[in-house]
Amino acid sequence: MDTRTAHALIRFGLGRRGADPLPGDPAAWLHRQLQGPDPANFADLPATPQALSVLREQREAEKRDPNSLGRPRPVQVLFRTDAAAQLANAIDTPAPFRERLVWFWTNHFTVSLRQGGTAAVIGPFIREAIRPHVTGRFADMLLAVMRHPAMLMYLDQAGSVGPDSLAGQRQHRGLNENLARECMELHTVTPAAGYTQADVTAFARVLTGWSIELRTETPGMVFRPNAHEPGTQTVMGHEFPPGEAGGVAALMFLASYPTTHRNLAAKLVRHFVADDPPPDAVRRIEGVLRDSDGDLGAASAALIDLAQAWQPLTKLRSPQDYVIAAIRALALPDELRPDVLGVMGMLGQPLWNAPLPNGWPDRAADWAGPEELLRRADWAFGVSARAADADPVALAEANLGPLLRPATLAAMQHAGSRRDAMTLLLSSPEFMRR
Amino acid sequence: MRLTRRAALLGLTAAWSLGGPLGRASLALAAAPTDKRFVVVILRGALDGMAAVVPYGDPGLATWRAELIPGAPGTEDGMLDLGGFYGLHPGLAGLHTLYAAGELLPVHAVAGSYRSRSHFEAQDYLESGADHRMTSGWLNRVVSVLPVGEAGHSPGGPALAVGMAMPLLLRGPATVGSWAPQNFGTPAPDLYARLASLNEADPITGPAIREGLRERGFSTEVLSNTTVDPKQRYAFPSLAAAAGRMLAAADGPRIAALEIGGWDTHAGQAKRLNFPLQQLSTGLLALRVGLGDAWRSTAVLVMTEFGRTVRVNGTNGTDHGTGTIAFVLGGAVAGGRVMANWPGLAQANLFEDRDLQPTLDLRAVAKGLLAQHLGLPPPALARVFPDSDAASPARGLIRA
Repeated sequence: MDTRTAHALIRFGLGRRGADPLPGDPAAWLHRQLQGPDPANFADLPATPQALSVLREQREAEKRDPNSLGRPRPVQVLFRTDAAAQLANAIDTPAPFRERLVWFWTNHFTVSLRQGGTAAVIGPFIREAIRPHVTGRFADMLLAVMRHPAMLMYLDQAGSVGPDSLAGQRQHRGLNENLARECMELHTVTPAAGYTQADVTAFARVLTGWSIELRTETPGMVFRPNAHEPGTQTVMGHEFPPGEAGGVAALMFLASYPTTHRNLAAKLVRHFVADDPPPDAVRRIEGVLRDSDGDLGAASAALIDLAQAWQPLTKLRSPQDYVIAAIRALALPDELRPDVLGVMGMLGQPLWNAPLPNGWPDRAADWAGPEELLRRADWAFGVSARAADADPVALAEANLGPLLRPATLAAMQHAGSRRDAMTLLLSSPEFMRR
Repeated sequence: MRLTRRAALLGLTAAWSLGGPLGRASLALAAAPTDKRFVVVILRGALDGMAAVVPYGDPGLATWRAELIPGAPGTEDGMLDLGGFYGLHPGLAGLHTLYAAGELLPVHAVAGSYRSRSHFEAQDYLESGADHRMTSGWLNRVVSVLPVGEAGHSPGGPALAVGMAMPLLLRGPATVGSWAPQNFGTPAPDLYARLASLNEADPITGPAIREGLRERGFSTEVLSNTTVDPKQRYAFPSLAAAAGRMLAAADGPRIAALEIGGWDTHAGQAKRLNFPLQQLSTGLLALRVGLGDAWRSTAVLVMTEFGRTVRVNGTNGTDHGTGTIAFVLGGAVAGGRVMANWPGLAQANLFEDRDLQPTLDLRAVAKGLLAQHLGLPPPALARVFPDSDAASPARGLIRA
């Protein structure tokens, strides 16, 4: 394995899986992963309307009798099944760069379990609003996200009512700015755009009526004219007409705003290149987004072509990347795989459970807590027991190639057991990097 | 299907926590013969009962151990009041919420029937339920006197030891399962030392791992000392949470035992107790969370092998003593009060002029729980605790 291949596998991917064949041309292998639709197949998993039906039925059953449902409850089953399928896909995928992009955009548009009762729909959200758009237009992804019940529930949009709308007048209800604010601050233009509170409020008015309906045969997102604030709204100097179309227009405006492109470029470069993104690399990706009208496939391809993307690895793997990379490295068969969901929680990154809407952090300092890293070592020790038949040195060389340091190799060779040797590999600084 | 107990339960846990392709192993445990849950937590190392539940209303207390008394109730980081005479150690703040909910019943000045001050003997006796070591533990005998469930025993049995080892408490003729998280084992100190050295020069992982080991109480010297056992210090809350989830399952076990160490506070007690007390408190709340609705039909007995000296020793710690605290807690428990026949701390009242005088036999507490919570009749109680006629079941432990 040469260094470029190792970087393609580790920086852009999820680490080599066992002794899988190596790509002949690493850059071409990455580019190919951006072609065509998402290769992941989740045909057996429920779509959002089915998931919302399960949620509705569970709520109704619990309303009738709080003890009528056994454990785990149907929504928990949905969540676990979806989580297991998407984690298994990450471990087994032949297109790990594509998968990394999915998780990157999932984190950019964080929907967390922590509020909004989203457990039933986070999985469908990723499959429906994120995966189809990872190599498409950012505006399309933004629209799909903002119209998805998961986001409408997570950031309280479903209950936001225009104060002067019919519903607002009748029920004395009003705005909830949460989604509007986070959309501007985190998903699109960022405070660098210089917007004011009045812009946030106006955008919140634009989005009134974007809600969900559970009581129909195919529950999902609805636009409620009765809850929509009448009149034209001005957001960041642009006027948007009333009605559902006004919200779509506002999102298109925000999606293509210059600071949005800069925000996305900086986040992509930080994720794939370095904690402190090199300014020229950011400018390059920003330019691609601007010139391609927000084509995320083109921006991803441009990442591969950055000279900085082939420099020595400095990023620290997040717990999620770390666990998946380790299981791939050990090539554990299904029945020996650890409970990834539980492990991620133990290592400090419980799946789809970010504390706040800004998602999980993306700098080494955020993941390099002493106890967190020791827990990785503890977990490495545990999981190493499951790979008792593997040759640790051969596995290390197959996984890291030229990135394996002589010191790590020597420590592994002097280890008292295969398990200890494997623990040292998985706890080595080079395995922690991506 | 014949699985080893541990493997079976590992599979079970994996299936619960994930389901689907990543955890397709599964196991159905047979119906248990009761819907009541009973959990025993062993505090190994002898908890100072008067540090955990401080009899601050006793005028003698400050004469013996002023330096070990936390701040008064109502002060910052002070005790949490338990009715005007006793105060809960601030490290047990989580338990105070249970007290307020009427679900925590501290039982003070309690001791087993033995008078050993050896940890290892006393733990054997505590778990045997006698004043000598038996070949089975009293909780195992509880399992054998419970009626068998409709579908018979599951491979794991209706009881479960949570942790790496099977404690004597649960050993015996009745089949009992044991469960430990897949990652329960931790590297030996020497392996920690080697992986620390591997990371030493790294600007990110090097300092973090060094600090992590320091925080975990490893100094450079003890890295090569194999007696340090970090799992004892780190695992309890997650074990308790897992135990709760397993006990809550409709087809899961009904009886479980856990343990947590760190109580042998011979030096610097005030500081050293904070961590294990917080772990205990956090873990018991995690147990409750794991149990969910089943908490309502749960009783937990937290017990330790003996108490510690009333006087502070020369290193601001306490030495092995006699009378101590036990905790009874759970949704089924008639708590919100302290149960004690308080012996007083006047010198004449101390046991052998050094220890808290025990006024209640721990077996009476256990028997009271078994009778009122699990419905064991007197002959069954006599099998569980042989020769315990003198310790008649304590009354009023369980809500009517």
